[in-house]
Amino acid sequence: MQALVIVAHGSHLNPDSSAPTHRHADTIRATGAFDEVKTGFWKEEPSLREVLRTVESEEVYVVPLFISEGYFTEQVIPRELRLSGWDVSEWESDGLSADTATLSAEDTDQTVHYCGPVGTHEAMTDVLVRRAETVTGDPDVGEGFGLAVVGHGTERNENSAKAIEYHAERVREMDRFDEVQALYMDEEPEVDDVTDYFESEDVVVVPLFIADGFHTQEDIPEDMGLTDDYRTGYDVPAEVEGHRIWYAGAVGTEGLMADVILERVADAGAEIKSAIAAVREATRKADSNPEKDAEGETQAAGD
Amino acid sequence: MTDVGGEQRSAETAQVAVREEQIDELLDRLESDADPIEFDGLHAAAIESGYALSTPDSGEQTGLDEAAFRSALKESDLAAYVTNWYYWEAVVGHRGRHRRAFLRHAEGAHHHSVPERYAAFGDGMHTEWGEVVVTATLGANGERQYQIRHGDDVDAGDNDADTGDHDADTLVAYDDPLEARELSTYDERGRYRPLKSAPSLVSGWVFENLDGRDAVETLDVLYPASVANWNLEREGELDVTHWRETAERQTGIYDVVEDLPREGVEWVAEACCVDSQCLKRREWQYDDGDELTVDGGSGAFPCREPCSLVVAAARKWTKLEAEETHTYEFELTPSEKEQIEAIIEAVADGRVDDIREADVYEGANRYRARFLRAKRFDEEGNLSGTPTHSEES
Repeated sequence: MQALVIVAHGSHLNPDSSAPTHRHADTIRATGAFDEVKTGFWKEEPSLREVLRTVESEEVYVVPLFISEGYFTEQVIPRELRLSGWDVSEWESDGLSADTATLSAEDTDQTVHYCGPVGTHEAMTDVLVRRAETVTGDPDVGEGFGLAVVGHGTERNENSAKAIEYHAERVREMDRFDEVQALYMDEEPEVDDVTDYFESEDVVVVPLFIADGFHTQEDIPEDMGLTDDYRTGYDVPAEVEGHRIWYAGAVGTEGLMADVILERVADAGAEIKSAIAAVREATRKADSNPEKDAEGETQAAGD
Repeated sequence: MTDVGGEQRSAETAQVAVREEQIDELLDRLESDADPIEFDGLHAAAIESGYALSTPDSGEQTGLDEAAFRSALKESDLAAYVTNWYYWEAVVGHRGRHRRAFLRHAEGAHHHSVPERYAAFGDGMHTEWGEVVVTATLGANGERQYQIRHGDDVDAGDNDADTGDHDADTLVAYDDPLEARELSTYDERGRYRPLKSAPSLVSGWVFENLDGRDAVETLDVLYPASVANWNLEREGELDVTHWRETAERQTGIYDVVEDLPREGVEWVAEACCVDSQCLKRREWQYDDGDELTVDGGSGAFPCREPCSLVVAAARKWTKLEAEETHTYEFELTPSEKEQIEAIIEAVADGRVDDIREADVYEGANRYRARFLRAKRFDEEGNLSGTPTHSEES
């Protein structure tokens, strides 16, 4: 008996924040690889404090749906799940390499394989590229295109920028897009000046965020000049200073995110090869017909 | 609603057919385990001279060969016991301790005999859970079926007592527990429900023909962790975390909540945790042995610690409560003072939308409020022209 618990931030104000989490859970549930697939939230229910008691299995894989290592993955989640004896050194991470730690939950006695966040897994690079394919409607997008990976920056969490750089470099190494650039909301190079950083006429902009919300739906589109007022919407692509900006919205809404969750679990020792194959197939089909709906947002560290 | 031989029967004759494979399962169990079966009044054992069998309603039979044993198990007074055993031991099983406990509770199994329960299934056995009602009925061969609907809709479909807003035809039927997620996300005005146990669950739907697992799963979507916490409490193992411990555990931006004075915590509980706001029964107190005076409510399932909404709101109140009081002078007529009180009452009780547009007798009426604002606010929005902060400060 093994269970998967996906833990995420959630929101008291915005139902779209948890929507991608639920959808990825549904995708994985459909594979039948786990006896149970549950979700737990910092701001929604079941809370991180109580999610494990809703799980009947004695062995539980916990995957944080967060972009980077930091306050939530290192302090809040282990504390709220009551992981006995947790210490961040269990991950032996340099800020990008957290993989898994096996601990016991104090209140339920379950064995918990506590995984690193999805955002720092190498498979996340593929989701960024998939997101570019989805937003352009071109499964071979790359040639003649630039790709910008957007993050918060280091103001709140230095590992946040590490994850952005890491994936930008990995996309660069694929030699698929003409140019790849990491951009930030609150530091140089800034997303506001996106057109300064690309020579390519077409630029796909993908925010490395778990869910859509204030930053990805309001700040970034306005900062880049896609629109004067986010409420009036924007075109995809939008013409900005001689460039066509293909703004993708939060990468976390991409169906292939479910694959990264499974990769985390596989790295933690679960035998789920066929589930991974099934999810890749299912999300490839689903993403070829993307829903242009709005999702939630990630919150600031400490919130 | 039930399938008890197609017609209503008395407790003594409630009839249900036993399937051969149910008997096979029972025989397998007696073969694989040397202990006799003792379950809900059914005693069955493999003994040297064959099989022994008894229930509280039947005499003891011993020395039965297998054919006689099989035949006896199908007798009308034993069939209920056999199918009952099969459902609980072979279908539900013992994995999922909280799930099993809830399902036993849903048919009163902790207090009622098998014949009593099988008779009561005829009308369905109802369990209130937050705003919903779980109804357990009997399917074929003792299988249980569960139905979940909003308490406002319990009479829907019953023509004699159709007092709810919906009748059976207009209830939207579901069978996948995950569909409860969408139902529980928005209130009837389409507003997001951040607190699943707020008494604002929409009605007009029904989950039908659920098996036990899906019934509990549906409840776990509507009221997350409620079944587990209810059972932990029932078994004396609920891990209540009181205010002090919760506040001291906080870090980051919530670190400040431990500075909220004790009386502030009373007001938090009165504001957020009473039955009109949340259907969980508050079991957490200020501290172990230091109870809050506010009523914790009468909900079916407990609240074992301050939730994230309470902590987030308490953060705001901690900051607000750090302010010093200040003496202001306002010019108000007696009626205007009462009107301000009426507005606060209406907002606090969520009645604003119920006040009719032309009901100028209500202090919280929109026109009345606009009149007061026109008369008493200056251009900066200060009541009676009195600035919030005096010039010196």
